[in-house]
Amino acid sequence: MSAVPGQTVGPFFHLGLEYPRMNELVPPASPRAVRLHGRVTDGGGDPVPDAVIEIWQADPQGAVLRTPGSLRRDGWTFTGWGRAATDPDGHYQFFTLEPGATEPDRAPFFAVTVFARGLLDRLFTRAYLPDDPDLLANDTLLESVAPDRRATLITRREPDGLVFDIRLQGDGETVFLTYPRLRDSWA
Amino acid sequence: MESSQADINREIEAAAQQPGGPQPKLDYAPYRSSILRHPKQPAHLIDPESVELWAPAFGHRDVADDEADLTIQHAGTPIGERIVVTGRVLDGDGRPVANQLVEVWQANAAGRYRHQRDQHPAPHDPNFTGVGRCITGPDGSYRFQTIKPGPYPWRNHLNAWRPAHIHFSLFGHDFTQRLVTQMYFPGDPLFALDPIYQSITDPKARELLIATYDHDVTTPEWSTGYRWDIVLTGTHRTPLDTDSPEDEEHGA
Repeated sequence: MSAVPGQTVGPFFHLGLEYPRMNELVPPASPRAVRLHGRVTDGGGDPVPDAVIEIWQADPQGAVLRTPGSLRRDGWTFTGWGRAATDPDGHYQFFTLEPGATEPDRAPFFAVTVFARGLLDRLFTRAYLPDDPDLLANDTLLESVAPDRRATLITRREPDGLVFDIRLQGDGETVFLTYPRLRDSWA
Repeated sequence: MESSQADINREIEAAAQQPGGPQPKLDYAPYRSSILRHPKQPAHLIDPESVELWAPAFGHRDVADDEADLTIQHAGTPIGERIVVTGRVLDGDGRPVANQLVEVWQANAAGRYRHQRDQHPAPHDPNFTGVGRCITGPDGSYRFQTIKPGPYPWRNHLNAWRPAHIHFSLFGHDFTQRLVTQMYFPGDPLFALDPIYQSITDPKARELLIATYDHDVTTPEWSTGYRWDIVLTGTHRTPLDTDSPEDEEHGA
């Protein structure tokens, strides 16, 4: 069957996609909360103030959750999914937990989806935790990416949280991903 | 200098001569905002793993049943042509995407969004927000009651107008099937002039975004009906890894 094509999220997505606490996978005041944040920039280096970022992740024990409740957060249940819109500086942030590895000896990551006005279809990428150089060095995806682009897929641990900047185009362009079934639908 | 519609038409025509797949071209200059916002490197092909093989779960605790009716969210009745939009969400192998979130947003009948960035001087409708959500049924079905959105001007070029559309946000069985798109109405005279719609250069593929009028969805003395089935890309999981509703409700 032919897959329906994508279209841009447009400039008015806040209307339909925003809801309270959408970027709070855990409450910001939770002692366990980790901040994942960054800036989205375009090919001119300017901020993208109208992007939507979604993350989907395992819990700290590496479990892939099948738990509803991402739209109506109860302040306790961790669902592993969240959404954030960028602000006028192109900045987004999530309050979440650090993902664990879903299989032994694999590098943990956040799966990330990017939408924006001006972006005609969504983009996929990964944001890896930066801490274990051995796991990162042996990761299937990172190994297959040109060495000078690998850093675009790895978060930086800063005093104000895990930082993951997204560059849509140009110098330091983020590595975006496609998958076999997507490629087939494009063939 | 600001481009004219004739300039854009020429660019659309030129781009249509280049081979393109059934998905929109990300590098599509007739849509001016795409020029600095498309990646120049090709997407990196990988086999999905870990969480990428699963989609987030949503359930009836996330969405109230009445969120699927965009005409009852205020004290009064919205102005406009009352319509039903219904269909099924299927994956690329034809399997229904059950118990999954569908989000929609749209302009009102006059072509105005309830959004501060929309400066089009058409009237707001105090009885219409233009936002709906639902959870698909066991057969992947969804159904929204709404009013038909109007076309509206935008600033891509001089005298640019978008065909009437409803924005749809969809999830599948796995992360890789995530889709945000726009549903259009049959016979819109603005299709040929719209660089967002024309960014899908394969005519058969872009027609998949057009709903069909369905008299069986039309209800007597109440509203007309449109049907739009939404096929996502294929899942990367085997059918044995089923998503049962029990799993989703109890967090297996």
